[in-house]
Amino acid sequence: MTDARDELVRSLAGLALFADLRDPDLWAIADPENERLFGEGERVLRRSLSGGGFFVILDGEAAVEIPDGEPRRLRRGDFFGEVSTLLACKPTADVVAYTALHTLEIPGPQLEELLLQYPQVTYRMLQTMARRIRDLLQ
Amino acid sequence: MAANERPFPPGDYPVVIVGSGPGGLQASHCLARLGVEHAVISQDDSPGGMFCRCPIYQRLLSWSKPDAPAEPGTRAYEWYDHNSLVSDDPRHQALVPTFMDRAYMVPSREAMERGLATFARQVPVPVRYGCRWESTRREDDGRLVLATSDGEYRAQAAVFAIGVTTPWFSPIPGIESVPHYVDTRAPSDYRGQRVFVIGKRNSGFEIADGLLPWARQVILGSPRPVQTDVIAQASVRVRYLQPFEDASLGGGTLALDLAVERIERLERGWRVVGAGTTQPGPVDLEVDEVIAATGFSTPLLDLGDLGVRTVAQGRIPALTPFWESEAGSGIFFAGNATQGAPGLRKQGVGSASPAVHGFRYNARVMARHLAGTKLGLDVPAEHVEGDPVPYLLEEVTTAPELWTQKSYLARAVSADGEADIVPLAHFLDTTGPDAVAIAVEMDAAGATYPAVYVRRGNNVRERLLPPHLLNDFRGPEHERELRAVL
Repeated sequence: MTDARDELVRSLAGLALFADLRDPDLWAIADPENERLFGEGERVLRRSLSGGGFFVILDGEAAVEIPDGEPRRLRRGDFFGEVSTLLACKPTADVVAYTALHTLEIPGPQLEELLLQYPQVTYRMLQTMARRIRDLLQ
Repeated sequence: MAANERPFPPGDYPVVIVGSGPGGLQASHCLARLGVEHAVISQDDSPGGMFCRCPIYQRLLSWSKPDAPAEPGTRAYEWYDHNSLVSDDPRHQALVPTFMDRAYMVPSREAMERGLATFARQVPVPVRYGCRWESTRREDDGRLVLATSDGEYRAQAAVFAIGVTTPWFSPIPGIESVPHYVDTRAPSDYRGQRVFVIGKRNSGFEIADGLLPWARQVILGSPRPVQTDVIAQASVRVRYLQPFEDASLGGGTLALDLAVERIERLERGWRVVGAGTTQPGPVDLEVDEVIAATGFSTPLLDLGDLGVRTVAQGRIPALTPFWESEAGSGIFFAGNATQGAPGLRKQGVGSASPAVHGFRYNARVMARHLAGTKLGLDVPAEHVEGDPVPYLLEEVTTAPELWTQKSYLARAVSADGEADIVPLAHFLDTTGPDAVAIAVEMDAAGATYPAVYVRRGNNVRERLLPPHLLNDFRGPEHERELRAVL
């Protein structure tokens, strides 16, 4: 399966979060029905709304809009929605498409399954979250 | 008009609808009830769309219950009839069950086609049949021009009810010579054969189910596992669970989580090479037949040039909550292509827009939105006099729109009593007068409960009400909770 024949799989393969997975694993994750497009300014994740999912940015930019804070920009390869999904709580910020935004959404109930099945993804996610905590503390 | 005269000659119309399947018929009827002048064109010779040909093995998987706790023709009966188009005129309601033979709870393809044809004839929904849409452009004044086999149509808005109807092949080397689902032969043709079906969605299992009594072995393969726990509670169980039971009984059926790497034509039969996904390991099979049950795409022609973007490997148009390609484009969709508006997918629950029982309501909501925003018509709204609490609880208990389009459609009531059914995402993401919206939602475990959204100023607060054993939210507990929220 070395030929470049599926855009979604190829896109995922280029992201740090999924860098350790085999092609068959990526095929299992790359469900086209979870591919989402958002127009500029469209809300992706809503503050104080339960039941949201976990999003990985494939293309474009998003902005995390924290009340009374500077918006934080997210780009290709970044992910969001993991805290509210893992803790089954409401997000504390809106995430808005800063440009046209292309994402893969892992619906909340499927994230646990994904992280348990692919520990390499879990490890990569933990690394990113650790970096975020470090940056906050610095 | 003379019997042999075709309606809607090329020319200028406020709205043009393309397609005469259930999506086109429903959209036309809803626009007509609002008094919106429009043309309907179709490349087909008769109403019904894909239901004139599919499902291949002739039995649908969405239920209709001819005898039910509610009277046919009523709004309440729509709960029990997922296949008929809807109307505010009871004479045009509940038509599909009248053609069912009652051998199953799901209609045959023929019963479905007859139900749709009857709707088109008795409403009536005039259609210019044999008129093929060929290309599209936008004029400087913003109007759309649809070039067709009969000439050009100009319109302020177009509704494409063109289905998800073009056979689509996943990009696997060698698949180009494999017959698609639509070219599957009669089950008896596969007698004694080992058949590999690429795909584990509806059409794949339809074929597996149909071949079970005939084929020596049926093997289904696709990368992602089937969520049997979800399917067990969905209407598609009709098709999925029998092949799975066959597999568990050692009956020869296999459902593999498999990334197919290539398909080779052999002198007699086929070779399928791939790798396991959920269980790693190489797979190398020789089979007599391969069938690509890899789905369909929306025949968008040149709409991409007008800014229509796609999702799902380019197969489905990406749509706004009101099923427009992008806000203000005037390019709307009806029918099962409306699945391109995913909604909030709270708890991972998707909309019912791929099926008639979901998109029939989308058409009604879209028609009101189109008439109001694109044509500037004054669309009459329902008014709730006095206390909205009993009304909201009645709606969330009984409204078929809310129960079929869970967490997609909501009943909204503004502070001045104006009531409408709207996409929940629209209610949440737009500013407006103080209002409340109520929707039916479902958690990951399958529990169903009302969700209330209160908009004050520009802020929306969510409150989930508790489930009820009988799904009846009209009692004192829910009334108390809702009053507290409001």
